[in-house]
Amino acid sequence: MAGRETRKMNMYQGVRDALSNAMMRDDTAVVFGEDVAFGGVFRCTMGLAEEFGRERVFNTPLTEQGIAGFGIGLAAMGHTAIAEIQFADYIYPAFDQIVNEAAKYRFRSGGQFSAGGLTIRCPSMAVGHGGHYHSQSPEGFFMGGAGLKVRTSIHTGSCLFDIFVQIVIPRSPIQAKGLLLASIRDPNPVIFMEPKVLYRSSVEQVPIDDYELPLGRAETLTPGSDLTLLSWGTPVYHCETALHMLGSPPESLARHVPQSLRSAKVELIDLRTILPWDVETVAESVSRTGRLVVVHEAGRTGGVGAEIGAEIQKRCFLKLNAPVKLVTGWDTPVPMQYEKFYMPDPLRILDAVVETLTY
Amino acid sequence: MFGAVRTSIPRTRRVFADRRFLSSTVSRFSADQHGHLPTTQSPITPHLEFFNSVVGGGKGIPTYRVLDGVGNPLDGAQLPELDEALARRMYENMTRLPIIDNLLYNVQRQGKIAFYMTCYGEEATIVGSAAALASDDEVLGQYREMGVLLWRGFSYDSVMNQCFGTHEDAATKGKQMPVHFGSRELHFHTISSPLATQIPQAAGVGYALKRDPLRRGKNCAVVYFGEGAASEGDFHAGMLLASTIPSPTLFICRNNGFAISTPASEQYHGDGIASRGPGYGVHTIRVDGNDVLAVYNAVREARRRCIEEGRAVLVEAMTYRVGHHSTSDDSFAYRPRQEVENRKRLDNPLARFRMFLEARGWWSAEKEDVYKAQVRDEVMKAMRRAEGLPRPPVEEMFNDVYGGEMPWNVKEQKEDLKRLLKKYGDVYEPWRTELRKYKGEGKEFLEGR
Repeated sequence: MAGRETRKMNMYQGVRDALSNAMMRDDTAVVFGEDVAFGGVFRCTMGLAEEFGRERVFNTPLTEQGIAGFGIGLAAMGHTAIAEIQFADYIYPAFDQIVNEAAKYRFRSGGQFSAGGLTIRCPSMAVGHGGHYHSQSPEGFFMGGAGLKVRTSIHTGSCLFDIFVQIVIPRSPIQAKGLLLASIRDPNPVIFMEPKVLYRSSVEQVPIDDYELPLGRAETLTPGSDLTLLSWGTPVYHCETALHMLGSPPESLARHVPQSLRSAKVELIDLRTILPWDVETVAESVSRTGRLVVVHEAGRTGGVGAEIGAEIQKRCFLKLNAPVKLVTGWDTPVPMQYEKFYMPDPLRILDAVVETLTY
Repeated sequence: MFGAVRTSIPRTRRVFADRRFLSSTVSRFSADQHGHLPTTQSPITPHLEFFNSVVGGGKGIPTYRVLDGVGNPLDGAQLPELDEALARRMYENMTRLPIIDNLLYNVQRQGKIAFYMTCYGEEATIVGSAAALASDDEVLGQYREMGVLLWRGFSYDSVMNQCFGTHEDAATKGKQMPVHFGSRELHFHTISSPLATQIPQAAGVGYALKRDPLRRGKNCAVVYFGEGAASEGDFHAGMLLASTIPSPTLFICRNNGFAISTPASEQYHGDGIASRGPGYGVHTIRVDGNDVLAVYNAVREARRRCIEEGRAVLVEAMTYRVGHHSTSDDSFAYRPRQEVENRKRLDNPLARFRMFLEARGWWSAEKEDVYKAQVRDEVMKAMRRAEGLPRPPVEEMFNDVYGGEMPWNVKEQKEDLKRLLKKYGDVYEPWRTELRKYKGEGKEFLEGR
């Protein structure tokens, strides 16, 4: 960020800044969804209606399937559609439009049409008291529903997938802005999931200029050689806390963290794009460390961790010193009064790291 | 431009509709001289005419009202058969709603519960409809219908236990956010946050009632939803199914003017929700939702038709959401405070009905004071009690995911949590503090099996 003008922003401001940049450069770009005109229930579209007018920033009636379908139509005409689904938990009425339409529009028309100009933003993940309808991390559903195995048109030759819908999850304001701008301009439809607990809690100096961060690329936050710890969104922070606890455990936990492990070098990776996920970075890392722990908030069965585990097991089988370990929500709906013991928290991550290092 | 579109279309439509009214006659539509399409009863006409009004003549759907703003019956309006006891019961139920709402709203503000939703302004719609139903009609609510449950005898303790998520919360066992009430005993299906999902379900509930020899002709399914929820595909699916596969399903739309920040004017361009009823072949009425007697009359008659004909009926109750959408919302970010104050003053469902009662000597200021004090007292007591109760046992979170035997994955995950709690529950401060909030503090879980 050296030499660039920055401003202190939290994540909703980072998102808002990206939307403003996108609309400034692209006259076809429109922002729409439930309650976006007054600024959105999480304030991500604050002031945009005043800045760009109600023709470009508008409320829709309450219909998620309608919002997604409308966006596909705009995109099919070559426009840039930036839709908001108010909560990821409420995206399911749009599932048909996303999985059967947005993801297949290009494929089924022999490349004549595409919904590539569509980006669907949705607040996701838990806040600690949202229960099962304000806490979900549905990325796994879309990972299975949207991926198609055909040749790539946008990624370098090493990528095995061609993905018609991509899934992106930022961890901070800088990431949110850069990844959202890349998502909006990517030639494929993107589902952009914003961990809502970070909207206010995550604050950074964000460049005010127009910049993009690459999709399909993970980011290594801490290099290491003994274990690869992989996550995205909110739990990235829990991973950092767990690694602090590993290095210098509080007195009460000391006996559970063997002295020999405290200097272990754990490589922390933020996956950032869930589909297509950066298999190269992760496989390369695990080949060096021999150990992988994946952390996500969604339940385990059919989750993204299971998919990553299978692929890494295949690619790194002979290099692995321990089974791939998953730290996830349990296979229950997110239970309101029990969330503290449902979510993967720093201690559960620490426990998994210790177990994997001592396997 | 958006604004321009919104203002210009109604004007165009009005002009167009007027022209149609002038140029067409009833006989032209009913004239049979050109016959019918072979597959429908639609008469053939040589006139190129469009229509955009379900009541004809380009007019809007009227609103049924019984009491005027000061509680006097309108000329020609038929009062329901209403004795003092029922009238008082209705008024008392309307009166206690804002008392409970005030307390819980403030408790949420103090951080003692996570969330709350009030029903300020909609008391007449909720209580008037509740009173018109049989107590064992199956209700599927949206989330602002606590008053229906209270009418049926849901206790203050039950309200508080659900909102505080205590181990006595029989409605959701601490698994849902506040206001997601439910009671099998009181025939009130548990609230789910996603909007409109309850609407097609109600058609299925109605069909089940129709197939049950003990309840056929006796009960109906009743589904509540807002005008915003009526934009969801599920609304249309529900109306369509209840009319095409006929079932005694009563649709009650609380048109309170707002879906969070979005005003009804941005939710639909047609004549409200009522205009959709005839599209599905459903008997429909629009009613003044702030007139409790109009709501009562309309829902009683709707219910009678519903059950006698075994078919769906739609009631659109026009009201106003005086409160914020929820405790997560500040509505003054999108509507002027004065607008809300005016509505409270000029169109207050409680004041209107109170004047009706007072004119008959059924209510007085003293009675009001005594009643309110008593409610406040009882509600406070229930609240204090719930506040002191622990959450359900921690292992409860794994129950009710499946019926029957717990599958291996959930069983193993439960064991994994048990292992973690055994290992760290006593030594890791954040967990130790948290565990104390649960009944038994996790001890039975750790010691059992």
